[in-house]
Amino acid sequence: MFVKSLRNIIRGAVPMVLLLWSTVVSADWALNLREGVTQISHEVYDLHMIILWVVTIIGIIVFGIMAWSIVHHRKSKGAVLAQFHHSTVAEITWTIIPILILIVIAVPATKTLVLMEQTGDAEMTLKVTGYQWKWKYDYMDEDLSFFSSLGKASNEARQLNSGIDPASVDNYLIEVDKPVVLPTNTKIRILTTANDVIHSWWVPDLGWKRDAIPGFINDNWTYIEETGTYRGKCAELCGKDHGFMPIVVEAVSPEDYRTWIAETKQAQADALANSDREWAQDELMTHGEEIYNSACAACHLADGQGVPGAFPALDGSAIATGSVDGHMDIVLKGKAGTAMQAFGQQLSDADLAAVITYERNSWSNATGDVVQPADVKAAR
Amino acid sequence: MSEAAVHDDHHDHKPTGIGRWLFSTNHKDIGTMYLVFSLIMFFIGGAMAMVIRAELFQPGLQFVDPGFFNQMTTIHALVMIFGALMPAGVGLANWLIPMMIGAPDMALPRMNNMSFWILPFAFTLLLSTLFMDGGGPAGGWTMYPPLVLQLGDGFPFLIFTVHFLGISSIMGAINIIATVFNMRAPGMTYMRLPLFVWTWIITAFLLIAAMPVFAGAVTMLLTDKYFATSFFNAAGGGDPVMFQHVFWFFGHPEVYILILPAFGIVSQILPTFARKPLFGYASMVYATAAIAFLSFFVWAHHMFTVGMPLAGELYFMYATMSIAVPTGVKIFNWMATMWKGSMTFETPMLFSLGFIFLFTIGGFTGLMMGVTPVDFQYHDTYFIVAHFHYVLVPGAIFAVMGGVYYWLPKWTGHMYNEKLGKWHFWLSAITVNILFFPQHFLGLAGMPRRIPDYSVQFADWNMVSSIGGFAFGLSQLVFVVVIVQCVRGGQKATDQVWEGAHGLEFTLPSPPPFHSFTTPPQVTEATAHS
Repeated sequence: MFVKSLRNIIRGAVPMVLLLWSTVVSADWALNLREGVTQISHEVYDLHMIILWVVTIIGIIVFGIMAWSIVHHRKSKGAVLAQFHHSTVAEITWTIIPILILIVIAVPATKTLVLMEQTGDAEMTLKVTGYQWKWKYDYMDEDLSFFSSLGKASNEARQLNSGIDPASVDNYLIEVDKPVVLPTNTKIRILTTANDVIHSWWVPDLGWKRDAIPGFINDNWTYIEETGTYRGKCAELCGKDHGFMPIVVEAVSPEDYRTWIAETKQAQADALANSDREWAQDELMTHGEEIYNSACAACHLADGQGVPGAFPALDGSAIATGSVDGHMDIVLKGKAGTAMQAFGQQLSDADLAAVITYERNSWSNATGDVVQPADVKAAR
Repeated sequence: MSEAAVHDDHHDHKPTGIGRWLFSTNHKDIGTMYLVFSLIMFFIGGAMAMVIRAELFQPGLQFVDPGFFNQMTTIHALVMIFGALMPAGVGLANWLIPMMIGAPDMALPRMNNMSFWILPFAFTLLLSTLFMDGGGPAGGWTMYPPLVLQLGDGFPFLIFTVHFLGISSIMGAINIIATVFNMRAPGMTYMRLPLFVWTWIITAFLLIAAMPVFAGAVTMLLTDKYFATSFFNAAGGGDPVMFQHVFWFFGHPEVYILILPAFGIVSQILPTFARKPLFGYASMVYATAAIAFLSFFVWAHHMFTVGMPLAGELYFMYATMSIAVPTGVKIFNWMATMWKGSMTFETPMLFSLGFIFLFTIGGFTGLMMGVTPVDFQYHDTYFIVAHFHYVLVPGAIFAVMGGVYYWLPKWTGHMYNEKLGKWHFWLSAITVNILFFPQHFLGLAGMPRRIPDYSVQFADWNMVSSIGGFAFGLSQLVFVVVIVQCVRGGQKATDQVWEGAHGLEFTLPSPPPFHSFTTPPQVTEATAHS
């Protein structure tokens, strides 16, 4: 009995200590740039340190001279006034020396920049697409793609006055539902683009960020040297939930990567096969609520009231209580010139059927309509 | 000189009542209105900064929702740049340029009135958007499409605010150029102009060159939203990145529009309190002109991460780094001005020294960000937030405050409370560093800018920064107390005000008559102490 409870205490205490340790570690007073885990990130870090030292040394000299002058050339010390106000030699000197220092910095900077732009001969390609407010990852060589959004626990805790202590949430705001998995020791080409507004894909440990711009495809590359989990964030203001679309990269060995690709593709195929059937209304409503909270509630809010002037209410709206076809049309194709996205590209037939059913039968909306995946398929 | 000034007093009929201000064509009254307006906007923008820092005090959302937070960051920037800093510079120019060059007033007094009175209307438009459906602008002061196009009813108000501000600034700039080119007193040659006047001529040309570009860019946004054009819409064959190029072609000179008058102020104050002429006057003028000229060729360093070709990235890196040279020349000249002087440390001098130290820190981080490959890490993080606040708050704003302390006795005829002034300086100088220095660490550790909430590893430095922010905000109340006290009374200021002060404005009585230099003074090498 005693042994058993002791074992329970130890079992409970280990994660507790780990948790405490992790808060201590994560709540660090970090001062400097992260060194990262790629060749590029090491070069960038070294360059950062070179410039930091250069400006620190210049700063010590300049501030030192000024401080000396302030201490010694003050009237209260009876400083004897000099009246010089010109010296060509001095002026030429302090023009030439900075130029030389700049050249010393520019040489390694140019080298690193040239290296960063060598996006050729990559072994695989990942396309990253920014959406308001999530990321889509396409494995271009694998016919595999999925969306990645803020983790559920973080999403609950980050609501205004949620009453949940962020410190109690694992990886608060830097956790996603589906991380992007990448192989180590592989040259990976990463394309960035966007679907709506400009975003920026940034994982500090990879050593760079690059804007994801609608209508543009930017290319970059990385070569991750160590397995691990690397976290980043959207770095370009992209609207209301800009702060809530993190990035999580899981770097695994090339063998584990192959296994993960196979498993994920299989799981996606299974889900698709399972969804292509008649659903019961209860089933649609339950699944619909999940989808609604992850895809719609950011703008239209969980209670369907929207934000006046910015995001229309769904509760009692003409679309959500009008014809089913009109409702499906706007959800599938979006509305140009607004933040309403074309969810036809993002969600499966079953997800769409569920969320539309949910919207038509929630709050004060009571149309009684049931939309099946087959209806969505027909409307596409 | 004093004879002319006394003579002026006989014609000193001031209009009275509200009409004095509404219809004013007097450069001193208009200067005062600009400065008071600027101070009010400084506190409005500051209140928004307090909202931002309160929300960022700890992780989690406690006070505002993310949409409103974005409105705060956006409008804080617009108010501080266009409402607080630029009008402060124009206000000082209005008050001082005619007195410094020996002119009776600005060349175009009625336009001067109009360029001021546009401002309150422009900011009423902007701030009214906060009460509209869809709220105020929330896409950042840089107004990048397509995001800015998602703004609701406030959108046209934002665009017209920018147009009004542009018209106001351009009229102000034309006025300054016309005044300096045509109304200098006999003997006041260009190379005898006080450096503040020089920096303002150069700033005025920057304004005239840059503001229309901005107006054009926002007009294209307007037609993209309402008239089905596709300048910046990729789906219609447009280019969202083109907006950024056009915007920053305005935006980079704008940075110097904010800082060059500050350089001018510091170049007036330092020689006074070092009791030694400005070192390298000619090289200061040329360095200012060089900085202004270069400012039109470096714009894309604000947008290294959009994905430019390698050649473009290399060019903008080298061009950006080259700005460090003329900027360095200025810092070294100020150091040489202090060197072997006989310095005293009244409040204006303290603010100027604070400026040189802290602006230089902002300059260092600016150099770091000019290095493109590393900027890929710094870009859009708190590192850049720290950088531009260092150059604008303890940079430009400290210089303006130093200038206000320096000329306040001249304007009001009373000495301000030196003890309170020193308190204001030391409180500001200490708290501004608590506020902004930790933001360097946050940015390097990976905290993006413009986010209302953050992961817990950023909690510590954010709390420090917020505490610094509240303290800095409160410290500014001391400034108001000093100004109000000084306007209402105090020890009588002499004409020269400061033992080491030179320049035509210090030959006038304190306060100067309503109309000064109605008879132009004769300037000689000896009296034109620049």
